[in-house]
Amino acid sequence: MHHLALNVQHVGKSFASEEPWLKRLRRRNGKVCAVSDVSFQVKRGEIYGILGPNGSGKSTLIRCLATLLIPDAGRIEIFGHDLQRDEKTVKRLINRVSVDAAFFKKLSAMENLLYAARLYGMDGATARKRIREILERLGIKELHQPLEHMSRGMQQKVAIARAFLNSPILLLLDEPTTGLDPRSKREVQEFVLEVREDHDATVLLTTHDMDEADKLCNRVAIIDNGKIIAEDTSQGLKNLIQDRVPNPTLEDVFMELTGKQLVTEEDLVSET
Amino acid sequence: MSFWRRELRATYAFVERNWNMVKRYWGWEVVWITYSIVNSLAITFIGAGMEKISGQPMNTQYLILYLLVGTLIWSYLSVVFDSISEMIAWERWEGTIEYTFMAPVARPTHMIGTTLFSVSYGILRTLIILGVVTFFFQIDLSRANLVGAMLVLLIGSVSFIGFGIVAAVLPLLFPERGSQMTHIIEALLLLISGIYYPISVLPDWLQKISMFSPATYVLEAMREAILYSKGTSDLLPYVWPLIAMGFITIPFGLLVFGIVERFAKKTGRLKRSG
Repeated sequence: MHHLALNVQHVGKSFASEEPWLKRLRRRNGKVCAVSDVSFQVKRGEIYGILGPNGSGKSTLIRCLATLLIPDAGRIEIFGHDLQRDEKTVKRLINRVSVDAAFFKKLSAMENLLYAARLYGMDGATARKRIREILERLGIKELHQPLEHMSRGMQQKVAIARAFLNSPILLLLDEPTTGLDPRSKREVQEFVLEVREDHDATVLLTTHDMDEADKLCNRVAIIDNGKIIAEDTSQGLKNLIQDRVPNPTLEDVFMELTGKQLVTEEDLVSET
Repeated sequence: MSFWRRELRATYAFVERNWNMVKRYWGWEVVWITYSIVNSLAITFIGAGMEKISGQPMNTQYLILYLLVGTLIWSYLSVVFDSISEMIAWERWEGTIEYTFMAPVARPTHMIGTTLFSVSYGILRTLIILGVVTFFFQIDLSRANLVGAMLVLLIGSVSFIGFGIVAAVLPLLFPERGSQMTHIIEALLLLISGIYYPISVLPDWLQKISMFSPATYVLEAMREAILYSKGTSDLLPYVWPLIAMGFITIPFGLLVFGIVERFAKKTGRLKRSG
């Protein structure tokens, strides 16, 4: 198998501004740049973190990798398959967890996951067995009650179970632990490590949780305003500012490199 | 695993999911089926009351059956059309659209799965309505060509599916208003297809447009089969246009859907908020 799980080269993505069309007409360029000339590579088996504040382009990048957005520029290869040319092959290799646990909320965890499993070609009996195993591993006992009756944390765990169902070899985790209580967060983080070990999966993880990035990621990229401004191991990034900040954390690295805080007060308010 | 087995399982995923949704939203189903039954009864009672309304002697049984065919067929076709045209709007509302589009499923498989559910669900609902309505009216179907009528209905469903697929792109193009726009297409089909009246009463220009509605042919053929007991071979002049429409509208719908899906991925419209 290809030694590079992910090869992202000069990817850019802009969106039309959400201003009224008359205002947009008056301006020459009514576009908002979400991702600009982003390049990085992730080796097979790595957990690669993308650290950045809200609106930095993390989710747009993940959506591009998940075949949900077509980039304006650049090239993406997943295990050697070009994302544009071999979209269907790539779809079999990946899965994604987004920050919002998106489900048919009236359906149960079993019904939602059975739907997802069948979409990936699994038969009913195998799917049911695997769903029970994964949910049990994540501590979810309520298989048949509607998801709307579950807590946000439990829903997010079911979302994570869904992503692992088809044993993807590249997992795209977009802030998977945001909003989870500390215990659930730890369970999910342990599960991610376990899946990497047991299933030889590669993980791309976006987060604004420094501890999580420190704990899970082999390498971390810092993204700001749609651009990657630094990339190294967690320790390597800290070494960058060692001479200016004693015992730096990843947050110190981020603040030094961007002049911003990773999680602003505004972010905290919007999360609550 | 073979391609076909995988796609077959994915097809069933849509059928099973939609049935599960019907079960979980059973309260809504009760509301809609009650509404459809009352609506069908109200329209059919117009036929029963025409003699008194006009003060002229009339063939009331004929009028009742004429309107009943219209209301039942429209109930069925609108369920098929709604289920298909709302597949995107519904998933956008639930927030699951990105997960469905991320799955390695061919778009025709997605459409076939949705369609299989729509047709079986539409038939079940129509049979329930028919069962209730027969309690209220003396309906004699002993001479009706029910086999021919059923055949026309199924062939007509195929061409209606193409219209549904085209309508389904609207919520992709217009995240906030697309769903409402599909109802405009449905309303136009209701107006021009001769559901409750012969299309000959429409202005000339509307009659010309009605030729492009599959419901027009379905309705005329159904009435020939049920009201005039015409044989299946006599229904062929209505069947050919329906088959031709299916051959045109389904590939056209899939083509348009493919183009719009790509556009949505370029502009970021798959996202729930649009």
